Amino acid sequence: MLFLQSVTLRLCTTFITLFGVALIVFFVIRVVPGNPIAMMLPPGATEADVARLTALYGLDKSIPQQFLIWLSGVMQGDFGNSITTKQPVLQLVLSRLPATLELSVMALCIAIVIGGTMALTGTRLRGSKTEAAIDIGNGMALSVPDFLWGLILILTFGVLMPVFHISGRVTPSLALPFSTNFYLTEAALRLRFDLWLDIAAHMFMPALALAIPLAAIIGQLLKQSLKETMHLDYVTLARTKGYSETHVILHEALPNAILPTLTLVGVQFTFLIGGTVIIERLFSYEGLGNMAIDAVINRDLPLIQGIVILFAVIFTGVNLLVDLTYAALNPRLRHA
Amino acid sequence: MKLNRRALLQLSAASLSLTALSLPVRAQAIEELVIAYNVNLPAWDPTTGPSAVNPTIQGIYQSVFDQFILQQPDLKPAPGILTDWGWNDDKTQVWMTVRDGVTWHDGSPLTAEDVAWSLARVADPATGSPIQFVWGTLTNHRVEGNKVLADVAQFDPTIFKWMYFLTGYVLPKAYYTSVGAEGFEAAPIGSGPYMVEKFERDAFVRLKANAKYWGGAPAFETVTIKFVTDAAARVAEVESGNSHVTLEVPYEEYDRLKATLTGTATPISDIGMIFLNDIDVMLDPNVRKAAAHAIDKQTIIDRLLKGYGVPIDTLETPEYDAYDASIKVPYDPELAVKLLADSGYSVDNPVKFKIQTTKGFKPKDYEMIQAIVGLWRKVGIEAEIETYEIAKHYELRAADQLAPAAFYNWGNSVGDPTTSTGFAMFGPSPHSVWDGQDLIDMIGPLWGEKDEAKRIDGWKKVDAFIAENALVIPLLQYVQPILSAPGVVVTPHASGALLPYLMKRA
Repeated sequence: MLFLQSVTLRLCTTFITLFGVALIVFFVIRVVPGNPIAMMLPPGATEADVARLTALYGLDKSIPQQFLIWLSGVMQGDFGNSITTKQPVLQLVLSRLPATLELSVMALCIAIVIGGTMALTGTRLRGSKTEAAIDIGNGMALSVPDFLWGLILILTFGVLMPVFHISGRVTPSLALPFSTNFYLTEAALRLRFDLWLDIAAHMFMPALALAIPLAAIIGQLLKQSLKETMHLDYVTLARTKGYSETHVILHEALPNAILPTLTLVGVQFTFLIGGTVIIERLFSYEGLGNMAIDAVINRDLPLIQGIVILFAVIFTGVNLLVDLTYAALNPRLRHA
Repeated sequence: MKLNRRALLQLSAASLSLTALSLPVRAQAIEELVIAYNVNLPAWDPTTGPSAVNPTIQGIYQSVFDQFILQQPDLKPAPGILTDWGWNDDKTQVWMTVRDGVTWHDGSPLTAEDVAWSLARVADPATGSPIQFVWGTLTNHRVEGNKVLADVAQFDPTIFKWMYFLTGYVLPKAYYTSVGAEGFEAAPIGSGPYMVEKFERDAFVRLKANAKYWGGAPAFETVTIKFVTDAAARVAEVESGNSHVTLEVPYEEYDRLKATLTGTATPISDIGMIFLNDIDVMLDPNVRKAAAHAIDKQTIIDRLLKGYGVPIDTLETPEYDAYDASIKVPYDPELAVKLLADSGYSVDNPVKFKIQTTKGFKPKDYEMIQAIVGLWRKVGIEAEIETYEIAKHYELRAADQLAPAAFYNWGNSVGDPTTSTGFAMFGPSPHSVWDGQDLIDMIGPLWGEKDEAKRIDGWKKVDAFIAENALVIPLLQYVQPILSAPGVVVTPHASGALLPYLMKRA
């Protein structure tokens, strides 16, 4: 019963949060300087032309009126049309979401692999020069922002050693037999490894740029947890049984030490999606972040609203999932 | 398997080799021309919405669609879809002759009916064309054989120039009306040198040559235009060989790469200028004139833009119809000091005002304003810099709320004085912040002047008046840097449009 109450309460607060985000975004983007009509006015436009275009895009009504019209559309699944592309906003953002999700997931996987390797190696070789080198590497990875990593990667693997693609998501000349926009996933499922390789070669550098700072966080936290765990009695007992140090780390210490890191990874994933905005722009990657920047530059109000709402849904959705999982796992709530 | 150092190295090498298989090969002859373009293409209809008035994407539109009249690389008009055009004697009607034998990309013939429909469509306010105020000056469009006629509701001497300017495109009547606006966005067809084969929004457009193009088949069978909005990524694209052509790269990178790649840097129709708003201290002619004479434009171009720019003293560039080389506003700091002294200002008692500028919207925009503020300080002007986004500039300018001075860039790819000096300086225009009645009185009669020589001469007089009274500060004509691989020859277009059709094999 308590579990059900908790779920209901959480769902209610999620909807209130989303409504609040929608309200704030709608009003703020209309109050900040720069309106889309002024941006499309050609030289020589008269006051009448301004009024005509303003009415054409429904911006002649009061902001509360515009909000109510927009909200009633949203309730029916209509987020309006983009001013610049003239396409339905919902269709546009949903078509870009898979690209961003695949990039974020790839970045997360790379971060886990690099961060995990660094943590395990640092723990295994604690006190050695290798651990010091890993700590220095972690510090550098954290100090340099992801877009700078992107530029370094472009220079290194795009220009000096042209191994990976610099821009885009797939080579334009390739025919794509896909029915969804989850290119990487669908290429694997269709066993089209030629396409998979091309898509991965496009995604690798932006994903790595996103992953490096996160890998450092994961590496630091996991190494710290492992070090603490290594001093616990059951680990000492394992050692006295004659297990090797590597076995002790991997089979005794890691299962317990990894829990705080896993929680962090869940939280960081939402931040990772936020970080795609700059990286997608740098690598001309056709995701949600790249679209968001264009929408802001062009003051495409309906599209900005749609993208922000989608980001909010992802953030609150992930948080809701975490909370529900916690509630489901918590015996006090589960059995109440 | 035991993973030792050697095995790890072998695995890494294998992975890299596999990845490299999917990459373009730099040294091969160009089969498919790849262009790293500096902006995204949001929509395909070249006549409605914000994209229609975005000068930077006109090059893509012009690859797929024909304009009514062809514009040559030097900005001059030439026969295109219209082979001949003009007014009747009393200028109450226009007539246009439509080229025979032109086909749309679907193979159907382009007729005078298409031209008349295209003109009537953008003249209809319901279509949503931002340039309706121009097209609406023609009414009652009708077809007689291969001629299109229309009545002149309001005489506009530039109407035929708009036919190779923003929104001046011929669209296929039958196709558009059958598929609708949405269908046209999904599968656009035109009569231009290239056909759209594949379009991934925010990523690329792949074009196939129109072998039946009336102007002759393009040199490259396939052209891919990648939308690479970041300048550093564009440089990397051409440097790595992933793209063959790119534009709008930093001048420092252009200088570095033109040794290994082919570089063209020619003046285009964009200019940099400082709007002066007739408020506060800008009402004092001495302050305005001092501000204009204190700027050493050539040195700024040499130091900040590596010499890539042409100083200008009016809002007309040498390619424009009303350019008058005799109008000069020389760099003269002594004169600036004297002018300010006449109004009671000096280095110790400087005149103060705000100057607004974008930062990074145009090459070295903020740095140029910093340099200008430094030069002004030496003569007794203390200007405070405020940076803003270009969107804010548009809004403030439309509301006549710009600061006393505001940096901006103005494009005028048809080179007519109405679309440069006219719209920028005519008080009632939403794009002008100078509202002086004397200037309004000078410009007013020129809008409808039917004698072309008299009209151009009138604009030259306006430019001279503006320069004499320092009502605006023209700074420079921009130079567009284009980098290309050795296998391709690029012909630059003074409008700034990068046209694949003008690219040939070396």
